[in-house]
Amino acid sequence: MPKKVLDARNVTVTYRTEKGLLDTVRKVSLQICSGEIYGLVGESGSGKSTLARAIVRYLPENGFLKNGEIYLGDTDLLTLSKSEMRRVWGGRVTMVHQDPNAAVNPSVMIGEQIAEVARTHLKMSRQEAKDKALEMLTKVRMADPEAVARRYAHQLSGGMLQRVLIAIAMTTNPELLIMDEPTTALDVTTEAVILDLIGDLMREYDTAVLYITHNLGVVARVCNRVGVLYAGEMMEEGSIGQVFKNKLHPYTRGLLGCVPRVDVNKKDISLKAIPGYIPRPDQLPPGCVFAPRCELAEGACREARPPLAEIESGHLTACRRYKALRSYGDVVADTRDAHEELEYGELVLEARNVKKYFPVAGSLPFLSKVRKQEVKAVDDITVRMRHSFTMGIVGESGCGKTTFARCIMGLEEATAGEIELEGELLPYSVAKRPPETLRKMQMVFQNPDASLNPQHPAGEAVARPLKLLRRMDKKALQDRVRELFEAVNLPEDYIYRLPHELSGGEKQRVAIARAFAADPTLMICDEPISSLDVSVQASLMNLLVDLQESKGTSYLFISHDLAAVRHLSDWIAVVYLGRLWEIGSAEDVFVPPYHPYTEALLSALPIPDPDVRQESIRLKGSVPSAMNIPSGCRFHTRCPRKIGAICENEEPPWQNTGYYHQLCCHIPADELLVLQGYGLLKKGERGAGK
Amino acid sequence: MTYFLIRRIGFILITLILASIIIFSITQLLPGDVARVILGQFATERAIENLREELGLNRPLHVQYLDWAGGFVRGDWGNSLVSRTPVRPMVMQRLGNSVMLAGVALLIYVPLGILLGVFAALKKDKMADQLITGVSMAFVGLPEFVTGLLLITFLAIGLEWFPANSSINPESTFRQAFPYLILPAITVSLTGLGYIARMTRSGTIDVLRTDYIRAADLKGLPAGQVLFKHVLRNSLLPTVTIVAMGIGWLLGGLIVTEAVYGYPGLGRLIVYSIQRQDLPLLQACSMVIVAIYSISNLAADIIYSLLNPRIRVGS
Repeated sequence: MPKKVLDARNVTVTYRTEKGLLDTVRKVSLQICSGEIYGLVGESGSGKSTLARAIVRYLPENGFLKNGEIYLGDTDLLTLSKSEMRRVWGGRVTMVHQDPNAAVNPSVMIGEQIAEVARTHLKMSRQEAKDKALEMLTKVRMADPEAVARRYAHQLSGGMLQRVLIAIAMTTNPELLIMDEPTTALDVTTEAVILDLIGDLMREYDTAVLYITHNLGVVARVCNRVGVLYAGEMMEEGSIGQVFKNKLHPYTRGLLGCVPRVDVNKKDISLKAIPGYIPRPDQLPPGCVFAPRCELAEGACREARPPLAEIESGHLTACRRYKALRSYGDVVADTRDAHEELEYGELVLEARNVKKYFPVAGSLPFLSKVRKQEVKAVDDITVRMRHSFTMGIVGESGCGKTTFARCIMGLEEATAGEIELEGELLPYSVAKRPPETLRKMQMVFQNPDASLNPQHPAGEAVARPLKLLRRMDKKALQDRVRELFEAVNLPEDYIYRLPHELSGGEKQRVAIARAFAADPTLMICDEPISSLDVSVQASLMNLLVDLQESKGTSYLFISHDLAAVRHLSDWIAVVYLGRLWEIGSAEDVFVPPYHPYTEALLSALPIPDPDVRQESIRLKGSVPSAMNIPSGCRFHTRCPRKIGAICENEEPPWQNTGYYHQLCCHIPADELLVLQGYGLLKKGERGAGK
Repeated sequence: MTYFLIRRIGFILITLILASIIIFSITQLLPGDVARVILGQFATERAIENLREELGLNRPLHVQYLDWAGGFVRGDWGNSLVSRTPVRPMVMQRLGNSVMLAGVALLIYVPLGILLGVFAALKKDKMADQLITGVSMAFVGLPEFVTGLLLITFLAIGLEWFPANSSINPESTFRQAFPYLILPAITVSLTGLGYIARMTRSGTIDVLRTDYIRAADLKGLPAGQVLFKHVLRNSLLPTVTIVAMGIGWLLGGLIVTEAVYGYPGLGRLIVYSIQRQDLPLLQACSMVIVAIYSISNLAADIIYSLLNPRIRVGS
């Protein structure tokens, strides 16, 4: 019988704010047993991090625990003094934070940051603590632990730093480990490796884990139990199987419906976004907090707050109408009218052999000629895009996808290659391109906070391209801005709002409206939805699909999120170290045979379905520096399917494996097909390859 | 790191050369003929012409510059026009005095400023913080002749703790000079303290907010260890730069303080050389101050990079 490690009951956390006292977490209870990984999911603003900080009694100064009890084993944490709490921190409870780059002290050597924990809590001598640090680095599978121990944070990659943080957290063999979005800042491939590591360590250590994340796929992969938090209240709690397969709360169902699937795309389904927004703690509805956004809500839901009730063993829901939900069934996404097969329209963009080399600044100006080095960020990429067509570009960070997009836009001057828009050869630099070209190509950036001028009202941002690129008069301009706001589903009065009065998703809608204002033929979207919550992501993806249908715009959609790319794209290009490795229709790229790199990306993708068993294909290390590109096949240093010296010495050939599906590998495509079998998809759901 | 050093030293040389050209040109532009200044109102044209010839003032300007600059590098800084004795020992002696004063001042205000800054940061927005920031700002704003006169009135004349006049014998040793250094050093420190405290406070507040300090707290390390090992090592980096910039100011810029106390430092020597139109002396003083500024900035950069592993060890 596993023992109960954390028992938090009726926790209410209150913040002192300008609007008075606000309860941001209300009456949440959590029990976690040893050896259990409890996933706490919720969108931003749901109070998950606040709850975690309340549990360890490390709230910001304006926050306090209004109600509740927190027991760690038999210890009542609320009775401990500050210095007694310090003995609990790092000893009995440890934490791993979201951004590993920020959570490791830049001025203290890695080994020492582990050793100091051993000295403080395990009362070890300097030498013992040093050895312990090496032992822990080995335990988190760090290659060459002795060298790593002597390094500083800036010398390690994000994935390595996250291992260091896990090593620190496990040094004292804690009873409870709290992980707050530990893989959110990492690439999907690195994330997969870290998730494997967490799973293995937990089997070894028997620690109770509170795993906070917004990613349902990650929960499905590593957790045993899951709690769904919304607006500071627990909506549903149960085992992974219960919650994912027998959802008892419409919010859980809504969240799962937002996540794009890897077996279908925009032609088959449109994502089911949850309408509306999470209520702010000062504007909570009187009844169920989810009622304003719930399709099932009836009168009683809006009057009294339903309690969290146990429906089946260990499965709790705060929904009064869970039975009605069952009869609604599991179909969460609307199917769309069957589309015709890919129709190839006119050529919009043709980028041939685009290269972008950045010179590395030499330490001394007069020596730079001697030791000339270049970062080959983009090294020979060719793509073709047609009318009303989406090309998805995927790859890990540092693979050159953003640089490529910026070269197309002219924001970076390409080093070589030809970029043609509707058959017209473009100058490399945006400054030399005629206004008409600028109008035809627009871009949506990742971070709407940085791409909207904080001093300009939203309408002003949208009006600018109309004024500059389309020379509209004032009357036409106002009408057009209104139309555009309507097109991106923003209320008309938002025209006069300043960016800080908008949420992240609304800002991105404004950015999309601004891009569409110029009536572009090609829109480049650089991770436009990555920083947003899943429900907002879903509504933005639907918006992009709708706008494409009505306007015929082509998208170059860049993302590290394979599921989003799969959903939106007609074609997908896989980029690694500045070069294409596979290109083809979305359906083809996601089924074998695929390039070993694509295979690894797909295998790493967390899928929010506990039944999907993915091949565990993991990449070693991180993307090599684009300054020293490996010889032969650039992927050979990390390739799990490397066949021998040929990979190191010869550039692989392009192989045609089907209707416009190409991949670049030494292994013949039919052999890859045999090796990769059914691939990602569940057996029987689709044919094995083609 | 080596490249960094070579480059920085190269830049300093260029700075010094440019500064020497500017200093030389400006002193040439000063009103009045040097020979006339030396010989006085009633000298004959002939006597002046002779002296010009003797001093080499009739040669083309670039020759004069090269001659002067070359001499400077060799250690021959020329003779004072007023006292007719070599300039170098005069400047060096005053520099020595300035170093004594600067040293005492730094010993007072750097540790105190850091202490107050860290304390204020830890008590951010509380009474103690507001008191420290408010008072230190006031002292930064107050001119030195005001604080200096207040100190003289209360500590020297009122309480008779320290001598009011610091016009020490230029040859005195540090031990002899020490009592006379205290009041001027305190005066200077009141200004410097504010800069150090404010820089330390904002640096420390920034670091206290970081994820890695939260992580260090949640490792359960003793609070003192978190402060000294994790916070200060990062938060004092900007303070280093301020301290080094202060060195140049202390050695060459204390004209007011030195005047208030009659202290024979480099600042007063400059004023004197301007008043007397003693060009070689003015040039030498200016060059020394430029050199001190450059070197203390270099020292700041080096210390900064030694303390900051992101610069010290490349990735």
